[in-house]
Amino acid sequence: MSHSMKRTLSVISESLVEWAIRICGWSAILFVFAIFFFVFREAVPVLFTQLDLREFFTSVNWRPDSRIRPQFGILALLAGTASVTILAMVISVPAGFAAAIYLSEFCGRKPRETLKIVIEFLAAIPSVVWGFIGYMVLNPIIIWATGAPIGINILNGAIILALMSVPIIMSVGEDALKAVPDGYREAAVALGASRWQIVYKVLLPAAKNGLLAAALLGVGRAVGETMAVLMATGHSVQIPHSFLDPVRTLTATIAAELGEAVEGGTHYRVLFVIGSLLMIISLVVNLTADLVVKGIRGKQNA
Amino acid sequence: MPTHRSFRALTLGVCLSLSAACAQSDQGGEGSGSTPSSGVVVRITGSDTMVNLVQAWAENYKKKRPDVTVQVAGGGSGVGIAGLIDGILDMASASREMESDEIERAKKRNGAEPKEYRVALDALAIYVHRSNPIEVVSLEEVAEIYGEAGKILKWSQLGIENAACASGDIIRVGRQNNSGTYVYFREAVLGTEREFKLGSIDQSGSKDVVTLVSRTPCAIGYSGMAYVTPEVKQVKVSKKKGEAGVAPTLATAVEGSYPLARPLYLYTRVAPEGALKEFIDWVLSAEGQKIVEDIGYVPVTPST
Repeated sequence: MSHSMKRTLSVISESLVEWAIRICGWSAILFVFAIFFFVFREAVPVLFTQLDLREFFTSVNWRPDSRIRPQFGILALLAGTASVTILAMVISVPAGFAAAIYLSEFCGRKPRETLKIVIEFLAAIPSVVWGFIGYMVLNPIIIWATGAPIGINILNGAIILALMSVPIIMSVGEDALKAVPDGYREAAVALGASRWQIVYKVLLPAAKNGLLAAALLGVGRAVGETMAVLMATGHSVQIPHSFLDPVRTLTATIAAELGEAVEGGTHYRVLFVIGSLLMIISLVVNLTADLVVKGIRGKQNA
Repeated sequence: MPTHRSFRALTLGVCLSLSAACAQSDQGGEGSGSTPSSGVVVRITGSDTMVNLVQAWAENYKKKRPDVTVQVAGGGSGVGIAGLIDGILDMASASREMESDEIERAKKRNGAEPKEYRVALDALAIYVHRSNPIEVVSLEEVAEIYGEAGKILKWSQLGIENAACASGDIIRVGRQNNSGTYVYFREAVLGTEREFKLGSIDQSGSKDVVTLVSRTPCAIGYSGMAYVTPEVKQVKVSKKKGEAGVAPTLATAVEGSYPLARPLYLYTRVAPEGALKEFIDWVLSAEGQKIVEDIGYVPVTPST
């Protein structure tokens, strides 16, 4: 009697837990769609009416609060986001790949574990702290080292973003290298290849999809980062002419101005248009990375 | 997608201010004097310039009236005024006047016109790095530095040699557009017909402007006069080029000879009563105005 009751209970609780887990899993999809829905809903009323899309994408004049004529041109902000992201990738992709290659191919087991913990700790530092480092520490160093009139600029923001994305690029990149079957390495050694030759001629080509995905995830991190770039890039609306010019990014603009914009006003809605644009960029980058990773898995299974 | 993180924080902030505002209006209406133990909360959000001042009022008021807690938040005058219009705040601090369309919107939303109180005067100072030899700058020159199509780009155009600044470029440090300081500076220096030149380094707080200028030999910045530190220099300002410059001090702001002095305001959403009214009366009393002077601003004589 009691035995069968126990059994019934365990069956019930098992199915309950199963359902709870299932809801948790599927709710993520619900949240993503809800976020998209709410952001787009705030943006749509101005999208095809007050907002001149041509001006939006081609004008450098971001003057949302002008009393003469408000202008909503995001070209300078796009240029800011693009320049900081590109320079950050130029720094962080080689550094992240190098770290991944070292960890996966050249490093002993013990130092590897220590190094991984330390580098992954970089990813856990809050972005405000990174911004503060850029603002207070890197600013005078950049002025001193380059003679630039101001040290919070593209270079500063890119260094900070690079430090933030290296851990991601490194861990995804290392997984990609680890996924290359050992048979490839053994075959290369049997042919008399040196360790560097193995890395260049065998591992990098074999893991190239995984490494590309690592780089794209790093890009996604850099495009969406807000607080650190708000503090480290100078928050200055202009098309940059060199890597030592201050710029302003799309994310920083939303963070700085949304609090002030009156709910439902044009300025408020245009900020949501920018938010939608950023979500589309993030979506494209993440999807591309996902498809690329799927590509690797497909090949390995075949 | 990291963008959402800032959104989440924002939503959280709005929820918090909403609940606090509700809690306050529940209790504030009853008249706080009768129940000293009830713990009335007065929330003031807005001008970043005024955060230090309002905080000092809050601390001193707590000593006098332990039953009333004054909570202070910054964010910019625009943030406070937007909260007032949206009906989520009962009191906002602002370093600029509410504009007529803002008053209109508030009236429509809340059924009554917001009430304005001039509670102090502030002088905006022009800051440069301490190594900068400049002594006087005229309002016209400041307009040519900050204004759209302005012609002054180099320190040498002001007739000085800024040796510590290798490139000679003037780096304009300013405030983000949610700041009352930004709006007042535009009005006082550029007038109503001229825009800011794009490309200034826009900071989120009064103190940030001074901090950045203190680390940047090429920089010029504007911020409240109370934010001065030993690492920066306040430049004298003249109305016209060639006239004698006036330093930003209590005395020059009161007598009106300093050209960049402005009133600071408290706004209530509707005509205040209970704890809100008592607090404002105290702010305008001799005791409250003494604190204004202690913090480095200029007291006003109560007008209402």
